[in-house]
Amino acid sequence: MNAVTFQNVSKRFKGAGRSALENVSFTVEEGEFVTVLGPSGCGKTTLLKLINRLYEPDSGQILLFGEDTQGVDLVKVRRGIGYVIQQIGLFPHWTVAENVATVPKLLKWDRDRIRARTDELLRLVGLEPEEYKNRYPSQLSGGQQQRVGLARALAVDPKIMLMDEPFGALDSITRGKLQQELLALHRETGKTFLFVTHDIEEAFLLGGRVLILDGGKIAQFDTPEAIIRRPAEGFVRSLVESAREKGRFWEAYL
Amino acid sequence: MIDYLVRYYDRLLAALLEHLEIVLLAMLFSVVLAALLTLLCQFSERLSKLLVHLLSVVYSVPSLAMLALMIPLTGLGTVTAVIVLVIYNQYLLLRNILAGLDGVDRGVTEAAMGMGMTRLQLLWQIKLPLAKKAVVAGLRIALVSTVSIATIAASINAGGLGAILFDGLRTMNTAKILWGSLLSAALALGADRLLALAERKSA
Repeated sequence: MNAVTFQNVSKRFKGAGRSALENVSFTVEEGEFVTVLGPSGCGKTTLLKLINRLYEPDSGQILLFGEDTQGVDLVKVRRGIGYVIQQIGLFPHWTVAENVATVPKLLKWDRDRIRARTDELLRLVGLEPEEYKNRYPSQLSGGQQQRVGLARALAVDPKIMLMDEPFGALDSITRGKLQQELLALHRETGKTFLFVTHDIEEAFLLGGRVLILDGGKIAQFDTPEAIIRRPAEGFVRSLVESAREKGRFWEAYL
Repeated sequence: MIDYLVRYYDRLLAALLEHLEIVLLAMLFSVVLAALLTLLCQFSERLSKLLVHLLSVVYSVPSLAMLALMIPLTGLGTVTAVIVLVIYNQYLLLRNILAGLDGVDRGVTEAAMGMGMTRLQLLWQIKLPLAKKAVVAGLRIALVSTVSIATIAASINAGGLGAILFDGLRTMNTAKILWGSLLSAALALGADRLLALAERKSA
């Protein structure tokens, strides 16, 4: 089954010279880990936000597990999607446990169920509940905050996770660790992941397939191996070249 | 001056209570109306900008003129005074509340929306608690301004401390002028301190 289907989707923001997305079509199968790669302004965040309807498309159709997102209640669509952003967006006046319980509370789960689920989620993202659940976000490191953000997004076991440069503000060691844990999480849960990044290594490491956007259009959408072997002319080729260049820089010091 | 206080303390007390009554009534209605307008503003950015602009224009009308303008509509007396005070307060309250709500971190509001909070849940559970400081600041300004404008309301027979003050001016009675102005200043300062205390306690 297809988790996400875009059919000729276009989006132009008011006052912008060109479209953020232009006639974009693709499908993501259920259980896939797809990374969306491209420079700033290529439309990758727009693409993600069209799925949970933080933005509305000008034209075209977006299906989520076979259902047109336009036809379903907005709030219901969003509660069924795990959403993680670079700014993390933890609620500073709520404790870690309260943050993680956001959507369960919106769905009016009973207290015992919420408590059990919160503990379970914190353990899943590598935070000992007894130590962390009563802390406030400001008392956590950046990496810990994003772990909480991830736990919060996973709370009601959504079938699909949308992640917008979630590790963009983290140091490279924390980042590498969280990348590995995310891959493990994907293997264990079989959820569908759409992960936006501008970092080519991250995109190729995490993605089963990589969707490369340039100027609001799909430049290439394939497995990392296929893209590296046969990069599309132009933008993708120069992107892969720049990554190779970087590799040579490090090799010089071996 | 002390003499006047000893002889007419009952009159002063009555005026003070009258003043307090006008202020409290005005604040009560102001907060209720501002809350409703804030809710309304959640649904349209355009509307909220227009409203604040409109209120700022109204706010720039001098209070004496505003009181006089309202007389043909609602007559002399307390009711008119309270209406005018409520109108003035809308600008002070709404501008502060909306600026506070708007100042909440974008990442926080985006995460809340993305997780499927409704507009009202976002307002009530996230934005308002995080904008508490600005809301209380608005309340303090509105309260102080209400106490002082209520003094002027005596000019349309609304009573209160302003009545003593205007009486004193008419008859050149220094004691009356001083008690009228001192008490209203003290009331404003006291009310402000009280809210400041509440603000610190809740922080």
